[in-house]
Amino acid sequence: MKRFIGFIKKEFYHIFRDKRSLFILFGMPIAQILLFGFAITNEINNVDIAILDHSKDATTEEIINKIAASEYFSIKQIIDKESDIETTFKKGKVKAVLNFEKDFSKNLIKNHIATIQIITDATDPNTANTISNFVNAILQKYQKQLNKEVTIIYQVVPETRMVYNPELKSVYMFVPGVMTIILMLVSAMMTSISITREKELGTMEILLVSPLKPIQVIIGKVFPYIFLSIINAVIIVVLSIFVFKMPVQGSLFLLALESVLFIISALALGILISTISATQQTAMMISLMGLMLPVILLSGFIFPISSMPLPLQIISNIIPAKWFIIIIKGIMLKGVGLQFIWKETLILLGMTVFFITLSVKKYKIRLE
Amino acid sequence: MKTILYIIQKEFKQIFRNKGMLPIIFVLPLLQLVILSNAATFEVKNIKFGYIDNDHSSTSRALIEQFNASTYFNVLTDFPSEALASSEMLKGKVDVILEIPQYFERDLQKEKHNSLGVTINAIDGAAAGVENVYVTQIIQRFNQDLKVDLIQISDKHVQPTNIKTIPLFWYNETLNYKTFMVPGILVLLVTMITLFLSGMNIVREKEIGTLEQINVTPIKKSQFIIGKLFPFWVIGMGLLTIGLIIAKLIFNVPMIGSLPLMYLYTSIYILVVLGIGLFISNFTDTQQQAMFIAWFFMVIFILMSGLFTPIESMPKWAQIFTEINPIKYFVEVMRMVMLKGSGFIDILPQLLKTLLYAFIMNGLAVWSYKKTI
Repeated sequence: MKRFIGFIKKEFYHIFRDKRSLFILFGMPIAQILLFGFAITNEINNVDIAILDHSKDATTEEIINKIAASEYFSIKQIIDKESDIETTFKKGKVKAVLNFEKDFSKNLIKNHIATIQIITDATDPNTANTISNFVNAILQKYQKQLNKEVTIIYQVVPETRMVYNPELKSVYMFVPGVMTIILMLVSAMMTSISITREKELGTMEILLVSPLKPIQVIIGKVFPYIFLSIINAVIIVVLSIFVFKMPVQGSLFLLALESVLFIISALALGILISTISATQQTAMMISLMGLMLPVILLSGFIFPISSMPLPLQIISNIIPAKWFIIIIKGIMLKGVGLQFIWKETLILLGMTVFFITLSVKKYKIRLE
Repeated sequence: MKTILYIIQKEFKQIFRNKGMLPIIFVLPLLQLVILSNAATFEVKNIKFGYIDNDHSSTSRALIEQFNASTYFNVLTDFPSEALASSEMLKGKVDVILEIPQYFERDLQKEKHNSLGVTINAIDGAAAGVENVYVTQIIQRFNQDLKVDLIQISDKHVQPTNIKTIPLFWYNETLNYKTFMVPGILVLLVTMITLFLSGMNIVREKEIGTLEQINVTPIKKSQFIIGKLFPFWVIGMGLLTIGLIIAKLIFNVPMIGSLPLMYLYTSIYILVVLGIGLFISNFTDTQQQAMFIAWFFMVIFILMSGLFTPIESMPKWAQIFTEINPIKYFVEVMRMVMLKGSGFIDILPQLLKTLLYAFIMNGLAVWSYKKTI
């Protein structure tokens, strides 16, 4: 036991001696949470648009003013011929052009109908679609104003209630994702690299001939990272509560337990990676390409899983991060207890056991 | 010149000898391009929809039928009670719940006005916003149908004025999200592979101790660096080529712009990335450190690049910060040239900035590389 403690001490020394990595280890979650909280959003606002007004009369001016006043748009450019649309799009200066037809007011009064083209740069389909929806909404409101005397006879109005995130803050959605990524990075990537490092430098042989049992070597290697991961998780939760006023509706204790479970499953993955790679570079590339991108893209962190094609929805089930994100969102935002997330917890537990068994099986105590 | 050739030869041999690395360099990224481009979509569809019908009238059924007919909603169940519905929402089984009040039909005919309860799971705020738009659209259509159905005698004295909008989606009429994501993810993969390989390469020699051996040879600083970086530049260009072929063959991404222009830009861009990688490896002692620092900057650059989320929606300070983000320029250029057919003049600002960036980064890298220990 004393030997084992000595070994763990050595691992801690290794980590604390490397100031640069340590700085990033703790700087990373803070930087990411702040970026997601303050800078990055998947909402769309402030879109630069251009106006092509063939009529230049009172009505078009009123509409343009309405659009300029909206928080979604800022009018960057006034263009005066159709051929300019293409050039501005190619320069990438504006995302949409509103094209008012000739004699707009006149048509509206005489024929009761007038046309606006919403030309969007649909290379980004999501933005294009949203722009089109927003413009429509503004115009509809304006139209209602025009049609005041014509009362709409039967009307059903929806009373919408946004639950769990009434202000629609995107940080609510991102915090669980960032937490997952950081824990994955610290646990899986760092462990796999630190074990392969011993292999590559040849010090693994020394450890193997020492009286420490192989299992002790592995636990000793992994232990400091459990510790660091937990500190990181705490930092993230504290930041999200105090800086972003994100609620923790459920039990903090449950959240902590689930986090530890996820950390262990990520560590087991890290050990597994280290057993199949010979160099640090290989270990890093596998954890990077094999873990990070799928974790970012297939876990429901940024992109909704339900919108993906069916095969990918099926694949997403084997990604531990997906289940962990469901669990954190449940506990933090919905305030659910174990009775609602026992299934996800069980899946995560099963995966952890699977990874550990596999890596114990694969772990070689002899050198080739 | 001959010295450089030998170093390059050595590097290539080392790369191709490592059989574990080769598939990671070439196969994994492309597999990811194929798989992940399908995953990255902000479209909201297959919305899990449930309803509570307390009225059970023909009007309420007609309303639910409208949701059934919509392609966005996946109408799941009729919940007998509100308690059950909200518990299902807690479990994440349903995202939108419509509640039709009792006497919905009767009150509507009597008071000509009625309201419906809509509950939306808003954890993903942006998706909730879109879901709300869809719900509102369906209810609006339902209102219009009501007018036709229920009013026999219409008062046609006052004709409402109508502003008609025609949405035109240029460059991507079908709003196919993959055409947007494929160039972006390709950028990501090219950047990641070249940055990590170059960042770890020199540190590896340092860590194993072979760098000292090279330092005592008559190889000059610049020769060594060029020899080290050239193979990765080739790998980057190779990845781009294979990626473009996949984009064309599998995703049928339109390539309107000029290919040589894309290659010209990429060739300069990779220099920036290699410069950053080299710079990192000069300042680190172990591969673990190098990888970690590279990853730190990489994540921030990716998130701030406009690849997944729009840059215009960021606050001003963040937008200014993106000016020093090389990935942002690459993403912009790839999308502009590939999808819109932008020409040399259109991307000139990005090209010049990247060129300047390449000079600064490589200058710093060469300057900070020391042949002594």
